[in-house]
Amino acid sequence: MSDSLFDKIGGEAAVNAAVDIFYRKVLADDRISRFFDGVDMEKQAAKQKGFLTMAFGGPNNYSGKDMREGHAHLVAKGLNDSHFDAVVENLGATLKELGVTDELIGEVAAIAETTRNDVLGK
Amino acid sequence: MPIIEFDGKKYESKPDETVLDCLTRFDCPPPSSCRSGLCHTCMMRAIAGTPPESSQQGLKETLQQQNYFLACSCVPAEDLTVTLADSIAAPHFETIVLEKNLLTPVILQLRFSVPEGFTYIPGQFLNVFRDEHLTRSYSIASVPALENVIELHVERIKDGEMSGWLFDDLNLNDTLQLSEPLGECYYLPGNPEKSLLMVATGSGLAPLYGVIRDALNQGHQGEIYLYHGSENPEKIYLQNELENLTKLHDNFHYKPCISGDGADGNIMDRANEIALGTHKSLKDWRIYLCGHPLMVADTKRRAFLAGASLNDIFADPFEFSS
Repeated sequence: MSDSLFDKIGGEAAVNAAVDIFYRKVLADDRISRFFDGVDMEKQAAKQKGFLTMAFGGPNNYSGKDMREGHAHLVAKGLNDSHFDAVVENLGATLKELGVTDELIGEVAAIAETTRNDVLGK
Repeated sequence: MPIIEFDGKKYESKPDETVLDCLTRFDCPPPSSCRSGLCHTCMMRAIAGTPPESSQQGLKETLQQQNYFLACSCVPAEDLTVTLADSIAAPHFETIVLEKNLLTPVILQLRFSVPEGFTYIPGQFLNVFRDEHLTRSYSIASVPALENVIELHVERIKDGEMSGWLFDDLNLNDTLQLSEPLGECYYLPGNPEKSLLMVATGSGLAPLYGVIRDALNQGHQGEIYLYHGSENPEKIYLQNELENLTKLHDNFHYKPCISGDGADGNIMDRANEIALGTHKSLKDWRIYLCGHPLMVADTKRRAFLAGASLNDIFADPFEFSS
């Protein structure tokens, strides 16, 4: 029986390890940090945990509609492909830091990619 | 628009209007204080209809299951029949005023008797009730293992109904209604080696004065740094007591910070700048932030960026209302 992507990355423990690192990278990234101004950090961390679980191929109940509605106010502020790319880049760097192989990082990036159109309201 | 039924009468809410705003508009407001979902004063219970999840943030799971919600953050999606919660934030305890000391012209130290059954952890807060319409949250500065009183520090707020009453009209031996203790900004034993960074502005010192003395009393070994700031020297208080503590405990460090140009709209206190400038890496530190909401939010973000884990940041923003 082959392990799922989620198991290979390390499951929920990997999500917990990744969330602080990922969120810190995103907040420190001048290209995208302004989109996080004034947000409640605990709520945001909980959302990022949901996102990471989904991107790691774990159990989730993300819907395209949620993604659209959740990001519409940011699209109105100018959220575009370059910002989406920056987030994916930070995601890859986070996993690299945690010792995840390039192959698995590629799989995670591919899952994240499936949300692009909904996030950007295309 | 959803109908809110309260006390046998029906009220139609407006778009995006909270239950608190709607009931206030119809002149039958439930008690409220911070209006930001923090103090839980306005907790109500839906006995018909389901309150939105967002109005239950921060409530205990057991309360969420029973459809308790915060009226200030509840924009109903459906008709609700609501009642006042016989809640933990309601007046549950009667206390007696034992001491009133003016620490500075704008900071009042209040000491109350500890009502039977009132058990708290230093750093928690409680709600003080003047009557059924006026209530405010105050943090607890006392430590049960060290003193058999409840101590609060009250900052005089311009045109503040509650602080004005506490400063000017409350008398020794008066009785006063208190809620149960609330909040999660307190010392956690179990990591006695951890470094602790604490930043307070004004009466934000109160909970930290409790947390620090609790930590030292429990034998905390790691370094404890307190930066207490204000734009105004009148809000720097308990200096002698804190300096004495530094003499008794080598691992406790105290720095009062006065930022000065408060008069020309300098809302950001500098205690946090000095703290963050001094301690550049906060990995594995535990952080306590109490006081001005903007200071708390800004410092929380920067402490996180400096390496502190979100789980290790305890923040208590003080919302001041008149």
